[in-house]
Amino acid sequence: MRIFLSTVILLAISALLIFAVAEMPAFGEGAALAHEGIMPKFVREAQFDTGANNVIAAIILDYRAYDTLGEATVLFVAVVAVSAMLTKGHIK
Amino acid sequence: MTDMVLETVARIIIPFIQLFGAYVLMHGHLTPGGGFSGGTIIGASLILYSMVFRFSPRKHRIEHDTSLLFEAGGAILYILMGLLGILFSKSFLTNRGIFPLGVPGELISGGMIVVITLGIGMKVAGTVITLFQELLEGGGEHHGHN
Repeated sequence: MRIFLSTVILLAISALLIFAVAEMPAFGEGAALAHEGIMPKFVREAQFDTGANNVIAAIILDYRAYDTLGEATVLFVAVVAVSAMLTKGHIK
Repeated sequence: MTDMVLETVARIIIPFIQLFGAYVLMHGHLTPGGGFSGGTIIGASLILYSMVFRFSPRKHRIEHDTSLLFEAGGAILYILMGLLGILFSKSFLTNRGIFPLGVPGELISGGMIVVITLGIGMKVAGTVITLFQELLEGGGEHHGHN
């Protein structure tokens, strides 16, 4: 019963993913959705806006700097968690 | 237990790894790379140092307080850069209009991106070495009033 149930769930999720992939534009197609939104603006204006040649650095450290601050916080929380778990001695 | 070959090789190779890490950090706004990758490279060199010289007679390890200083210092540097934006009555983490952007392509350009990259590099290197040493040694002593 469990095997039957997991097979059905697996097939359902596979069908969902296959339909999603079938909807995707062909590889390298210029009219893909990812190439139409904000991407041309970044490529055109990132150097003027930020003064950085590396557009990736311009995006993650200027346009999306707030998000990167969150990522740095994740690292900080990881270190705090490990320290809290592994510190010797008892804390009063 | 010490190994002469290991220590000699490590002594030669660690400065080059750290130089490469500093290069990746400093050129984060010009070439592929940046804070996370450069910080990881420097952290890897510190892991190598900590592993090789672990058993040598003199105490060779990156102190917990030192790595904590780097860890927190990087984050504070990042947040201070963001607060400068508020100080000049722009939004948090504003770059253009507050920091001089310089000529694109030169080493000192990009305004706050350079500073933030250095901050993230410090932070990631501190994270890597702290996690490694804590997991290796089962954590530091709890210093504080017991």
